[in-house]
Parts: sequence; C-alpha cells; structure tokens
Amino acid sequence: MTTPLVSEFDGCGAGAQEEQLVRPAFLLVYLLLGIAFGVVLTRSEVLSWFRIQEMFRFQSFRMYGIIGSAVVTAAISVALLKRLGLKSASGESISISRRPLGAGIRYAAGGTIFGLGWALTGACPGPLFALVGDGVSVMIVAVFSALAGTWVYGWLRPRLPH
Amino acid sequence: MTVLLSGEWPWYVAGPLIGLFVPALLITGNKVFGISGNLSHLCAALAPGKLEFFRYDWRKAGLWNLVFLAGVLIGGFIAFHAWPAQEIAISPQTTAALTRLGIHDFHSVAPRELFTWHALLTLRGFVSVVVGGFLVGFGTAYAAGCTSGHAISGLANFELPSLIAVLGFFAGGLAATYFILPFVLGGL
Repeated sequence: MTTPLVSEFDGCGAGAQEEQLVRPAFLLVYLLLGIAFGVVLTRSEVLSWFRIQEMFRFQSFRMYGIIGSAVVTAAISVALLKRLGLKSASGESISISRRPLGAGIRYAAGGTIFGLGWALTGACPGPLFALVGDGVSVMIVAVFSALAGTWVYGWLRPRLPH
Repeated sequence: MTVLLSGEWPWYVAGPLIGLFVPALLITGNKVFGISGNLSHLCAALAPGKLEFFRYDWRKAGLWNLVFLAGVLIGGFIAFHAWPAQEIAISPQTTAALTRLGIHDFHSVAPRELFTWHALLTLRGFVSVVVGGFLVGFGTAYAAGCTSGHAISGLANFELPSLIAVLGFFAGGLAATYFILPFVLGGL
C-alpha cells in the first residue's frame, strides 16, 4: 500500500505514457536506434570509467561539452517538434509528459545515490549494458547488481520519503 | 568523416549525436529517451514478487525500450570489434591523480585493477562493480531517471525535477570521487 502522493509516480525512467503495444516493424527501428546509441556511447568514450573520473575531478571540458551540447541539441529539437505540431511515425501527436515535482525529495536523494554509483562503476545504465558488449564482461555482475538495487527500491518504496 | 571513423570524437560531434536520440525516439513513436526505466521493466518481467511498483504491463510500457537496450549492448559489441581498442586519452592531471591512488593500467576503457572477474574478489573491485551497480539501480529507480532520462531528456524539456536530480548526480559523484574512492583504492 502506498500513499496517494507516491502512487501517482508510476514506473521509473521516462514513465509509461501510453498503453499500446508497439508493432514489430517499429521494434526493429528501436533496435537499430539502440545499436546506433551503443556505437555512439563507445566511440564517444562517455562509458569510460576514466572519462567519468576526469569529469568529477574537473580536469577536462570534454564531458561537460558533450552533455551540454547534447542537452542543447535535444532542447532545440523538442522545441521545433512542439512548434511544428508533428505526429510521430506511429501516429501519436508528439508530447513529453512532465514529471510531477511533489516534495522533490526523490529527485535529490535518488539523484545523489545514483551519483555515488555513477562515480564508482564509471557507468550510468546505458553504458553498463554497452560495456558488456564492449568486452568488459564483469559488468554483467554490475547489471544484476543494478537490477537488485531497483528491486530493493521497489520493496522499500512505501517507506521512503518522496 | 575521418573523425568518425578513427580516433576520438571531439565533444562537439559526440554531444549533438547523443542529443539527436531524443527527437529520433519522439518522431518514431512519441517515446521519451531514458534508459533506466528498463531496470524496472526487467524487474517487472523477471521477478515482480508481490511489489506494487513492478505490477504493470511491462510489454506495453517498456518493450520498445528493452529492445532499444538490447541494441545498445549489440552496438557496444559492434563498436568494440569494428574499431581497434585505443587508450582513453584522459588529461595528464587525471592520470597523475589516479596513479597516486594505485591505478596503473590505462590501456582499456576501464582500469583492469577494478573491472575484471579476478578483481571482483578484492574490496576495491567489489565496491566498484557490486556496490556501485546496486547504487546505480537503487538511485535511478528512486530518482525516476538517469543521465539520459533526467540530464538529457528532462533538462531539454526544462523540467525542475530533472535539474534537482542532476545536481544530486554531481553531489553523489563528487562525494564518491573525493571521499569513497581514495579510501577504497588507497586501502589496498
């Protein structure tokens, strides 16, 4: 049982905005986009433990430049898509649902806990999986450990402040 | 083009390319770019238990994203085999700082002192892989997003929750870098 305030946050990550099953042809597009993303993560070196250390030690502009220009590119794209009022290839009108702020504790506390893990593993969730493909096979253990972490959150969730 | 095929990508090539995944997913199927939701979807698919958080239709909510994630793993594999492995050209100050902490292997994407099966049996390997992985999973579920969902999608949509989360990412990352890593690495 959860309090009404907590139960309005359903799932994690981007959240489930719709309830339609995706058609197989579109799944192929998502697979190809994922492959492209895995290549980009590897070739841009953002999945390197060394790059993450360099970032948290403020010894190179590189990671800040990458994240900053990614945000600017995404923001311009999102603004353009909203302005144009386009529909997606699968037919929905394009919109990003905003996360409710609530008390904001979950973002500060959860963000800090993730930050600790990001610096220790040198990887956020995407890189965690890309690194397995990249030949750092021990990252399979980190993936299962991350699944355990998510599961324990699901278990403790009714008792955590959000 | 030669920049893309060999050598390290400059930040102004890598960053915009990463940012373009946001409109690509919106245009394809009005999907919001965010990787960490997959950890919940996998829990919901594999071991939901009796937990309310995992009792939803993961196929409808996240099959597209799990397929994307499978692609990320395949993409890593392709990139690893298509290009020769090269040393990550980090700044000399970072190399010096890490050397002082006992890291001497700078030849691959992650230091082999920490990220091998053998190292898993040492305290520093265990903390880096097992404890670090757990915190990534717990933290992203609690914060409802990770670097992709909050730092890129959320900030690009000017969301205050994402800004709070990103400040948290850095608070945690700095704490781990300056207080936990020296202890864990230096102790052995």
